[in-house]
Formats: sequence, structure tokens, C-alpha cells
Amino acid sequence: MDKFPITVNVNGVRYDRAVEPRLLLSDFLRHDLCLTGTHVGCEHGICGACTILFDGEPVRSCLIFAVQANGHDIRTVESLGSTENLHPLQEAFHEKHALQCGFCTPGFLMTLIPFLEKHPKPTEEEIREAIDGNICRCTGYENIIQAVKLASEKMPR
Amino acid sequence: MKPVPFNYFAPTSVEEALDKLAELGYDGKILAGGQSLVPAMNFRMARPGALVDLNNIPELAYIKPTSEGGLAIGTMTRDSKVEHDPKVIEMFPLLGEVMPNIAHAQIRNRGTFGGSIAHADPAGQLPAISIALDANLFIQSKSKERWVKATDFFTGPFMTVLDPDDMLVEIVLPPHLPHTGSSYQQVSRQRGGYAQAAVASVVTLDDQNRCKEARVVLISVGDTPILSARAKEILVGQKPTAEAFKEVAQAIAANEIDPATDIHATADYRRHLVEVLVERSLTIAFDRAKKGV
Repeated sequence: MDKFPITVNVNGVRYDRAVEPRLLLSDFLRHDLCLTGTHVGCEHGICGACTILFDGEPVRSCLIFAVQANGHDIRTVESLGSTENLHPLQEAFHEKHALQCGFCTPGFLMTLIPFLEKHPKPTEEEIREAIDGNICRCTGYENIIQAVKLASEKMPR
Repeated sequence: MKPVPFNYFAPTSVEEALDKLAELGYDGKILAGGQSLVPAMNFRMARPGALVDLNNIPELAYIKPTSEGGLAIGTMTRDSKVEHDPKVIEMFPLLGEVMPNIAHAQIRNRGTFGGSIAHADPAGQLPAISIALDANLFIQSKSKERWVKATDFFTGPFMTVLDPDDMLVEIVLPPHLPHTGSSYQQVSRQRGGYAQAAVASVVTLDDQNRCKEARVVLISVGDTPILSARAKEILVGQKPTAEAFKEVAQAIAANEIDPATDIHATADYRRHLVEVLVERSLTIAFDRAKKGV
């Protein structure tokens, strides 16, 4: 199958690559760009682990082909903090024990970043709705909700 | 990489897309939002030879008023755009109620209004809503164009009147008559999950507060969304009463649906849900019609 040249902006860095049409964006990020922060769980749009920002909106990277990202702007969890300098949302997750194994965390974070921008003072109901597309099998969600509340207090607005 | 290899085409105009679809015939498949197609391809249940991606045709994404006072929605309008459009919610409160129930925000950011209708999943909300709102669907191919009522569009599970070279281009929602009310009722295992059963009702009252029109559509309990004939027969011309709603609910549950048993619910349970949800949705819809909301 022919490869298609694409130009994608990921976390502010421009990448020029050639991809097979069937390459999923999630696999492109992980395998071609070695950005393994984006996790791949179910690969059919249920679990939310692969959530990234596509032109600023959270979407499932497992349900988009890399070729479709041509000319678009992608943000992954790597664009947040570093180990030494966590993003306030990551800090809040750490502080409130909102992760255990951490597999789902990148998806939660990338879902919540635009959510907190739109809802700087979210209610618990709004938080629960915001994360209804992300599955966590460790925390039982309560600590995640606490972390989002804490983050909303910490984050600059 | 999970899907089988396929050819990929990304036309930038409707004309170019229709040319490509005509050329590809049965080998071609439209890629709209991809939120149902790509999972099916990842499972290798769907193995299209070629995808015609509509995501580079901005002219297919719009919400605009029609001269009749309704709304025309372009096929590639994202579900999240419809969900948050003030005009849509004001004119069709049913959509405001339904949209947040379609999967999750991440899916609605990508999924499209027309794609969902053309996909014709019997458990999908928008096929049923297009029937409840009596939508008119504009279909184009390279060689022909036509209008099809949503009521006549669905022919079976994941099957419609669309030919391989056809594209659903626009969905036109006619304006509500005065004194119209609607209600959407759904039961699913969790928020964003498939409906085990759901009911959408759109009802209109006349000047004497008698039922003038009643469109009750059942979701996830048959091969296609089901527009109830009995609801119309029982309600139209009558004063809407609790007894009448119960009668409709029982008639629908007993005779008009064909629910299946799967891991999420038994057929009997779905039948029970439909009876409860029809009664509930009619009560709320008529109440709203009376209040004019």
C-alpha cells in the first residue's frame, strides 16, 4: 500500500513522515514518534486511555488514522509537566492519589485539560460527566474527582 | 496497525468525493467521523477496499436556517457542534436532551450528525431522532440526487436506501408546529453506553388541547428504529390522558417491537423498559406541549 506524506504538529514540534493509511494515530504517536505517553487500551473507543487533543479538542487517537492528522495540531500528555516540574493537574493527581497503575492517567489528563479551561470552577456533577468517557480500574474514580477539584483551585485562571 | 490495508482518498470538494465514490463502487466506503467505522475496522469486521475521507470538505459542516423555518444540518457537522448550538437547542429541545447521551464527549468531538444517521445502528440515537423529527435527507451521487424522508431511509440493521456511490449530504429538520413537546428517555448500563432501550416522543396539541400528532420512536428494540403506528392511532384526536399513555405503552410493548436478548439485557427486560419509557416520555412530552416548551 502506498505511503502518504504527512506533516503534523505535535506538542509544538513539526514532524514530516510518510504513513500507511491504516496506521492509527495512536500507533503513529507511539511507534513513529516514540511518544509513548499516549496509552493504548481497547483500541475501539471505549476506554479513553488514548485520548489526545486534536486541534484543541479531546478525541480518541485510536479512532483516527494518522493520515487524517495531516496539517493538524496534536497535543499529548508529553506537553504537560516533566517529572521534576509537574503540571498543576498532575500535581493534584499525585497529591490525591488519583492513580495507582497509571495506565489510564494520560487519557484522563488530556480529557481534563480542556475541560478545566472551559470550566475553571467545575461542580462535582460536571466533573463526573467530563470523565464519563475514561475508564479507570484502580481508583474507583473518587480520588480522581478529588484531584480535579484540587487542580481547579491550583490552576491559574 | 489493526485494520486491513486499504486505499485512502481525501477529496476537498463534494464533486470530487462523488466522482471518487462512483469510480470505486462497492469497494469504496465513506469515512465521516469514523467513530463507528474505525472500531469496526480495528476489529476487522469492516474491510473496505478504499476510504473516501470527507474530513477535508469544510462545505459539508454547517447548521443553517431553512426558508421554511427549520434547520439544515450538513452531514459532517460534528455531534459536539450540534450539542452546543443554541439555535438547535432552542428549536429542537429533543436534540439538546439526546446529544449528551451519544457515547462520550471525546467521541462527539469527532463523530458526525450525518455519519451516525447513515451508519443506521439500530441502537444509535440519531437515526431514531431523525425519524422523530420527521427529517428530510438530501442524498447525492455523481449521476443523481434525491430527497428521502428519514421514515423511509432505514431498511435493516446498519442498512439504508443509500447506494454505494451515494452520499448523505444534508439533513433538514422541519420546524415544530406550535404546541409541540418532546421527550427522550433512555436506560443504559452507564452514561455513554448503548441504550438497552430508549424512546423519543414528539407530540403536538391542537387548539382544544387534543392530540394532533404523535411520533413515538423506539430505539434498540428492533432491526431499525421503529416509528409507532399504534401511538398515533390511539392518541390523535383524543385528549392526552394518563390512561391513554398506558394504553399506548402496553400496545407498543406487546405488538410493535422485536427486542433481542444479549449480554446487556434480555428481550423481556427490554420489553418492560419500553413500556415504562413510552409512558414516561409521553407524559413529559405532552406536559411540555401544554406549557409550550
